[in-house]
Amino acid sequence: MSVFDHLSDLPDLPARFTGDYPIMVEGLTNRFGDQVVHENLSLKVRRGEVLGVVGGSGSGKSVLMRSIIGLQRPAEGRVEVLGRDITAADLDQNIGVRRRWGVLFQGGALFSTLTVGENVEVPLRQYYPEIVDDLRHEIARYKVRLSGLPDAATSKYPSELSGGMKKRAGVARALALDPELLFLDEPTAGLDPIGAAAFDRLTRDLAETLGLTVFLITHDLDTLHEICDRVAVLADKRVIAVGTIPELLASDHPWIQEYFNGPRGRAAMESKERAVHKAKAAMDKDAPRGDTG
Amino acid sequence: MRDWAEYSIAQADGGGACLAFSGRLVVSTVGPIDHELRDLETPLASVDLANVTEMDTVGAWVAWRIARDHGAQITGASETAARLIDAVKSSASDAEIVPPRRPLAERVPLAVGEMVYAWGGGIVNLLGFLGAILVAMGQTIRHPSRFRLRSLVHQLELVGVNSLGIIGLMSFLIGIVIAQQGAVQLRQFGAEIYTINLTGRLTLRELGVLMTAIMVAGRSGSAFAAQIGTMKLTEEVDAMRTIGVSPVEALVLPRVMAAVLMMPLLGFFSAVVGIIGGAFLADLALDIPFFTFLRRIQEVVPLHDVWVGLVKAPVFGLIVGLAGCYQGMQVKSNAEEVGRRTTMAVVHAIFMVIVLDAFFAIFFTEIGWD
Repeated sequence: MSVFDHLSDLPDLPARFTGDYPIMVEGLTNRFGDQVVHENLSLKVRRGEVLGVVGGSGSGKSVLMRSIIGLQRPAEGRVEVLGRDITAADLDQNIGVRRRWGVLFQGGALFSTLTVGENVEVPLRQYYPEIVDDLRHEIARYKVRLSGLPDAATSKYPSELSGGMKKRAGVARALALDPELLFLDEPTAGLDPIGAAAFDRLTRDLAETLGLTVFLITHDLDTLHEICDRVAVLADKRVIAVGTIPELLASDHPWIQEYFNGPRGRAAMESKERAVHKAKAAMDKDAPRGDTG
Repeated sequence: MRDWAEYSIAQADGGGACLAFSGRLVVSTVGPIDHELRDLETPLASVDLANVTEMDTVGAWVAWRIARDHGAQITGASETAARLIDAVKSSASDAEIVPPRRPLAERVPLAVGEMVYAWGGGIVNLLGFLGAILVAMGQTIRHPSRFRLRSLVHQLELVGVNSLGIIGLMSFLIGIVIAQQGAVQLRQFGAEIYTINLTGRLTLRELGVLMTAIMVAGRSGSAFAAQIGTMKLTEEVDAMRTIGVSPVEALVLPRVMAAVLMMPLLGFFSAVVGIIGGAFLADLALDIPFFTFLRRIQEVVPLHDVWVGLVKAPVFGLIVGLAGCYQGMQVKSNAEEVGRRTTMAVVHAIFMVIVLDAFFAIFFTEIGWD
């Protein structure tokens, strides 16, 4: 491996994180001037779960995500990602951690002068110069397909894509380095219900296949019901509750009650129940046929 | 120290070799072995993953691709590995990363053709735009209540008042340069006193207005294009249309009018400051007293020089305003285009101003205003 010897002093990527909590936020406080966004906020995300983060507009969901991925320096508190303290170390020293997460921003945030395929290649070029062009192209191609885009989208520019396709392309780029953590900022906002449902399925499938831990900010009640293992509720400048939806329903916090028991919350819950019934009925019907066949 | 993934090839009995990967087969370790395995000539019968400690989709892809290329069996895959291989297998694709480029022999004529076509279209569109402005002007004359006085005043401030400082400074320096360089040349004929004629006539007739037009194109023409272009991107212009507000009336007319109205004032201001700059230098370096210089200006500069400047100025203002607003309204798809259109607005405006200035120079000489 003589040709690649000069790359050997790059820090090696540590083995997959095996602790219980890949994201740990403790006593986080964020301020913009006099305005306090978070005060003494704590949150733990379990390995392998899809955590939904909900909260009213302006409750600081995006700021929380930015604090976790190191784009926003908190005023106080400690943020540990994959066992490393993000707040203490310099951003440049966190490259090792940065290679292990992928982020989907709200609008996709694709580089507009590059094609979708080239967008996926950017992180690969940045971190792994030893990967030859052929392999890099192959990786870009299958990542685009893995994100549920058609072949033809690989060579398209972002301006030629619809909103839903841009989000999928954003996911392809977020997955470029096979991260362990995936951050999604309102992935289904602005998508039609069919597109949103398809995106939910994609998230679920990817999380299961690739063993991802997903931090998902959303307003979409259907997404919460369909794919989230647990839901964290942001209100009063902190996380007021974390748990499965039935657990949250048991809480008597007025905001949570209004959120899940409002007209939209009920509709989403009922559709979920209907889906479960249907699936059960289908299973009952299939069972005898399976025996005879 | 990086821990690259490793492999070994063992010759099996039944013909064909067995490729066995070992260690971590992930994106950060797979680069070099992928490079080597691409040139592998030994035909493989199986790819063994039993000694792989960790795998991600990139590792799965490399293993699967080699197996596919050699028609080999994958053995010893763990449950995770098998799942990842399934995922990449069903996502395999040979799509182009970059849209295919045409051969050079086609590309060049194509680009030239498109450019010519765009020029033609641009001229037609620009005429149409000018027409739309005239129509909007007619509308506001018929319905004066619809005229946006506040907007106009705001633009007058941005285009005119706010640029007094920079235009004044520029003109003052240019006046100094003309007087100094003129004096150096004229001294050879003992005609130093003509420095006054040179400075006065040149600034009033040509340079004051021309330099001002260039400055306004760079300062305000670009701002027009960027503002309107951004408003197009954020669909503000479309929103206006649906409410029934004409964007030409609301956005373009005040800006173009501001440029047309302010250019004569700024051009004259520039000429005056240029003369003051010349007088300042003459006082310091040529022993011509400051006020003598100014008094001589009155005597040696014919009044029609002032008119030449004042006639040209609104035309230049129209060109600058028109180019800025037109390019702004042409923005369609993305942020990159705002930048491109802004550049085009400035370049086109300056180019057109200089071309027209040449025509004006000949025209005014022909009618005897020399």
